[in-house]
Amino acid sequence: MTATLFPNAMPLAGLVGGLMIGFAAMIMLLGLGRIAGVSGLAARVAGIASEGTPWPLAAAFIVGLPVGAMFIAYAIAPVEARFAPAVTTLLIGGLLVGFGTRLGSGCTSGHGVCGLSRLSPRSLIATVTFIGAGFATVAIMNATGLPQ
Amino acid sequence: MTRQVLLALFAGTLFGAGLAVSGMADPQRVRGFLDILGDWDPTLIFVMGGALVPMIIAWRMRMRIKTPLAAPEYVLPVTAQVDARLIGGAVLFGMGWGIAGLCPGPAIADLAIAPVPASIFVAAMLAGMFLHRMVCNRRSDAVRSGAS
Repeated sequence: MTATLFPNAMPLAGLVGGLMIGFAAMIMLLGLGRIAGVSGLAARVAGIASEGTPWPLAAAFIVGLPVGAMFIAYAIAPVEARFAPAVTTLLIGGLLVGFGTRLGSGCTSGHGVCGLSRLSPRSLIATVTFIGAGFATVAIMNATGLPQ
Repeated sequence: MTRQVLLALFAGTLFGAGLAVSGMADPQRVRGFLDILGDWDPTLIFVMGGALVPMIIAWRMRMRIKTPLAAPEYVLPVTAQVDARLIGGAVLFGMGWGIAGLCPGPAIADLAIAPVPASIFVAAMLAGMFLHRMVCNRRSDAVRSGAS
């Protein structure tokens, strides 16, 4: 049904990839006692957060992200990554994502995956809010003809 | 410690591979999900659903596994209070997510797939995180000097 309604959707690949992400977060929780929140771990690795997950563990996790993507790209199939063409888009988007995830204490992985599954009210509200803000931003950009 | 680092590296690699398999390493696909009024792409729902399954099980197992398998204790965020910072941060993050189609995990994983635009976004994201730290440190300094 999704194939006809939403020609671009990849439900099976999405589900399989999602399970892999969930198992990775499970390893972090039950193995290391930590939340697999990428924004927090990245801030820790860059020295921006002075406390949190021990630096070597945060660094190992963060290094693993491109390693895993590269593994899929070379061993399984090419990985599509269509970026916005304008550098300003990347700069403004990056600044907002960096500032916002620190102020709101988490991103899609920390609040979305780890927090929702824990039934955390904070994470539920954060997730609904950032998805809503994302919907609104794309709608406004499209309506006003702002280039991406 | 070596065992912990290897486990974190494995988790990060699995997470990055999952992002690549699920299509979430592609900013245009993520933007397709956020384009709710346009040519909507529901793939992200399947990814989120897939990731939540292992994590819901993991939170239940956590109740019975008193100590993490490879670490001395759980260090988990408090989930109670909802405040303006949480909401404000989620709004800013959602705006950046909508503008560029990127959140922290995919951006870092894409360093291996599309190094040039991914580096620009990640550099801006770290700058945003650093800016947040500067603003917040100044505010807490002001609070301290006000109190003394």
